Amino acid sequence: MRLLALSMVLPLVACGGPTDDDVVVFAASSLTDAFDDIADAYTSSTGESVVISAAGSSDLAAQIDEGAPADVFASADVATMDRIDGVDGAARIFATNRAEIVVEPGNPHGIVTLGDLADPELLVVVCAEQVPCGAYTTEVLDRAGIDLTPVSFESNVRAVLTKVELGEADAGVVYATDIAAAAERVDGVAIADEFNVEAEYPIVALGESGEAFVDFVVGDEAQRILREHGFGAP
Amino acid sequence: MSRDRRRVAEERLPLPVLALAVVAVAFFVLPLVGLLWRVPWSEIGDVITRRSVIDALWLSLQTSLAATVLSVVFGVPLAWLLARVEFRGRGLVRAVSTLSMVLPPVVAGVALFASFGRRGLFGQYLDEWFGIRLPFTTAGVVVAQTFVAMPFLVLTVESAIRQFDPRVEDAARTLGAGRWYVFSRVTLPGIRPALVAGAVLAWARALGEFGATITFAGNFPGTTRTMPLATFLALETDPGEAIVIALVLVAVSLAVLVGLRDRWLGGTRGLS
Repeated sequence: MRLLALSMVLPLVACGGPTDDDVVVFAASSLTDAFDDIADAYTSSTGESVVISAAGSSDLAAQIDEGAPADVFASADVATMDRIDGVDGAARIFATNRAEIVVEPGNPHGIVTLGDLADPELLVVVCAEQVPCGAYTTEVLDRAGIDLTPVSFESNVRAVLTKVELGEADAGVVYATDIAAAAERVDGVAIADEFNVEAEYPIVALGESGEAFVDFVVGDEAQRILREHGFGAP
Repeated sequence: MSRDRRRVAEERLPLPVLALAVVAVAFFVLPLVGLLWRVPWSEIGDVITRRSVIDALWLSLQTSLAATVLSVVFGVPLAWLLARVEFRGRGLVRAVSTLSMVLPPVVAGVALFASFGRRGLFGQYLDEWFGIRLPFTTAGVVVAQTFVAMPFLVLTVESAIRQFDPRVEDAARTLGAGRWYVFSRVTLPGIRPALVAGAVLAWARALGEFGATITFAGNFPGTTRTMPLATFLALETDPGEAIVIALVLVAVSLAVLVGLRDRWLGGTRGLS
């Protein structure tokens, strides 16, 4: 029986994970690079360490609803943020983004406008409507009155980017910041302002220990980092 | 008779071993209990009659059966080669043939892109010469499923062929049977239970395939959105729907595994 007791306790002891001192930040996957830099800046100014869990906003929201120990949640859209119990409008908008067409380097198919994506010969991938980047994409296409026939609905924005990077898809719709992050491997084609949607990123502290980090993100230094990564001001 | 013998064996099991086994069983049962507890029973009828769910289930059944057939057609000869033919590098061939069992599914998906993708090493010629494109097609789903499922068949069948007494084959040969006759009329029937077991395992693995599929074949309703993908996507907006789809997947898989259990166990007992 001692063996049994040991076998049940060992995994619990060996389990690493963030300690109570770490600030656990759940961030939308499009924020990955910017938040890595912000976390570094935060750690060097406060000495507190930050653990970032980056994934699709909806995945993160579901994890938080299931009791995941997040101190901060930064979502890629307000709708997903509002799904979290107890947030009730307490979230602050800290950055904006916009949709952009991602194409292979050199834009071999000569895509200039959203309308060009409707060419049935073209392999286009977009985000699924269930995730924020997909909701934005749908809104942009609706505004432009374009009926697209994508070959795949991806579950997060980085998956769309990857398929274009690998050359398996000809074009996709992602955030401007994703294209900035992969500038050496893909090209971007701007979407006309009249059709484009400004994506708003809200952030909220889910516990007291997250408040200082949220203040830092809306502060000057973090805002400068977000601009560097291509995000717009709130 | 066999029941009595089994009870004796149970009583002789040392208590700590029994306790650990009970923990193991609980570990597999509890997640199912949790799933059942979360099922929104009143919504079941509505969810499983949704067009999107029926499409995903139908696609899953078609692709996983196709993957199983491919696994049998190519996997049985491979298993036979590994079990009966001595050649240099056999260990390496076996390792490579079963590697996809342990690969992270996303890695499998990327490997498939790199080889059979539109820009892949071989995929570009498939496209150029035959006009075959695998990414974003139902055929791509089958390829992804076969890639991860076939090793289950190969391992099961290989071990059965190894345990199959070669003297039976020798006897057939001395009676004048040709190689093909021995393989198809002596070896294959002799390992039939393992063949069924391997095919069922491969089918179950194909049915549950997620990572390589979403990476390599993408996600489009009716073409590449299988049940696991539909579950994952439903979780984003409608956890209730995700749980109902998950329940359907569990029920279908369990029904087949339980249904084949007697044939499976009944046959292998004598061999192993």
